Amino acid sequence: MSPLARLTGVTKKFGEFTAVKDVDLNVEPGEIVGLLGANGAGKTTVIKMLLGLIGTTAGTVELFGQPPSRQTRRRLGYVPQSLGLYDDLTTMENLEFSAAAFGGKPGVKDTAIPDAIKQYGKDLIGALPLGVQRRVAFAQALEHEPDLLILDEPTSGVDPLGRARLWETIAGAAQAGAGVLVTTHYMEEASECSRLVIMAGGAVVAAGTAQEIIGTSQAVVVLAQSWADAFGRLEDAGLPVSLAGRGVRVPGARSEDVQRALGDLPAVVQDVPATLEERFFELVQGS
Amino acid sequence: MSWGADDLVVRYGKTVALDHVSVDAPAGEVTAVVGGDGAGKSTLLRCLAGAQAPATGTVRRPAKEAVGYLPSSTGVYPDLTVTENLDFRATGYRLARSAARERAAEYLEQAGLTEASDRLAGQLSGGMRCKLGVIAAMLPKPQLLVLDEPTTGVDPVSRSGLWWLIARAAAEGCAVVLATTYLDEAERCASVLVLDEGKVLATGTSDEIIAAMPGALLGSTARPDGPRAWRRGGQWRVWDPDATAGDFQPDLTDAVTVAAIAKEVRS
Repeated sequence: MSPLARLTGVTKKFGEFTAVKDVDLNVEPGEIVGLLGANGAGKTTVIKMLLGLIGTTAGTVELFGQPPSRQTRRRLGYVPQSLGLYDDLTTMENLEFSAAAFGGKPGVKDTAIPDAIKQYGKDLIGALPLGVQRRVAFAQALEHEPDLLILDEPTSGVDPLGRARLWETIAGAAQAGAGVLVTTHYMEEASECSRLVIMAGGAVVAAGTAQEIIGTSQAVVVLAQSWADAFGRLEDAGLPVSLAGRGVRVPGARSEDVQRALGDLPAVVQDVPATLEERFFELVQGS
Repeated sequence: MSWGADDLVVRYGKTVALDHVSVDAPAGEVTAVVGGDGAGKSTLLRCLAGAQAPATGTVRRPAKEAVGYLPSSTGVYPDLTVTENLDFRATGYRLARSAARERAAEYLEQAGLTEASDRLAGQLSGGMRCKLGVIAAMLPKPQLLVLDEPTTGVDPVSRSGLWWLIARAAAEGCAVVLATTYLDEAERCASVLVLDEGKVLATGTSDEIIAAMPGALLGSTARPDGPRAWRRGGQWRVWDPDATAGDFQPDLTDAVTVAAIAKEVRS
């Protein structure tokens, strides 16, 4: 089976600026691909090209085996960061409008309206809490049973249980056979994805599962009587120190160097595997 | 003497925004206030910063010139440059301009903002603007630094710069209270207060909150029935309130999720 989405050697320039550089990316049916990167890494440009909103400078974008068009857009569900709902319409009006735009039968399929939002059917979207709005945006993107779901920062500002519930919806769509491409700033969510693609400076700098990407990268954990003293000494030594509970972490450092920087300060120093976030920085800084 | 608040109640009309909430903010430590949209985080932080009076309860805070506050709206002036924003702040706090600039220079350098000194704050990226807001709030060397969601929607690179600033403020002996929706950030903090609809859902160190979780966690590859299951790490977790041993050692995210589920099940 051919992938739902395929970018091959895609480059996008805006004037002199290269926003996306020679990117390869596939999304297969049933998988959740996490697209990670800092601001300006090129994630949004990749999404815009997939949606068919902008063209490529070089390389090809294929959706369902063909170039992006209105026909491919019909098979695609999209939740933008801003949610893309009309504040002055009610929940139901938003859903009906979107269903009509996708050219389905009149009205919204009852099965497409989650119980959690039914009670808000007649409320104006603008007057509803952000958490409810987000569920409406998801319902809207899923109503026409898309083959490919594109989500831009879907859980920003959501509490942990709310986030778990949104991921339940996303995983449900993937289990039903849809492919999902999701961007996030939140590394913890990477564990919900089947596969990750990390972008920096417009290029793909790593791809694979979180475990594969972390590889053998390490960090050093320091527990001292006074974390502030340890922080100060490590910082003076020019090490990339960060706060971790009542201790500090030094990603990418060797424990000997940390020990030396701490000098006579009593502390427990331990090598641990790096987190995905720490590995992410190594990759981004190295690019 | 530790800064903080005791037994705060705040109402907006009929809505109870804070329902008997207390928090301690010891010097040299970072305290996290966690919760989703509408949990009461901003209201609590406004009370701590002195921007809002509670209906009942007391706030323990230093004199107002020793409080640094970053509201969720970023607290910088979009029509001023980075340097002008900091100069303005220094004037407001009656700091000597040269000393304030010297102090700001190091923070700007560490936060990667030096190159942007002459840019208008309104033209900075969201993450850069947040870093500028935190630097401005840190400028008067406050004893209490109150930061309302400094990292929400901020990309990981800017987030790391922000956390350097936060750690630096605490290392200088400041009591830092910050609101966040991210539990991995809360885990970095010395203590955590979890709010939900204006009520305290959990409080303590990360380890204490985890230890206080009743029951145990079981794993499953298929969606189990009932409200006690949720998705985590590509699998399902189920909270059994009566079990004594489980498949997972819970972390802070699990413990907070369980607290939210327990509340949902009760109501």
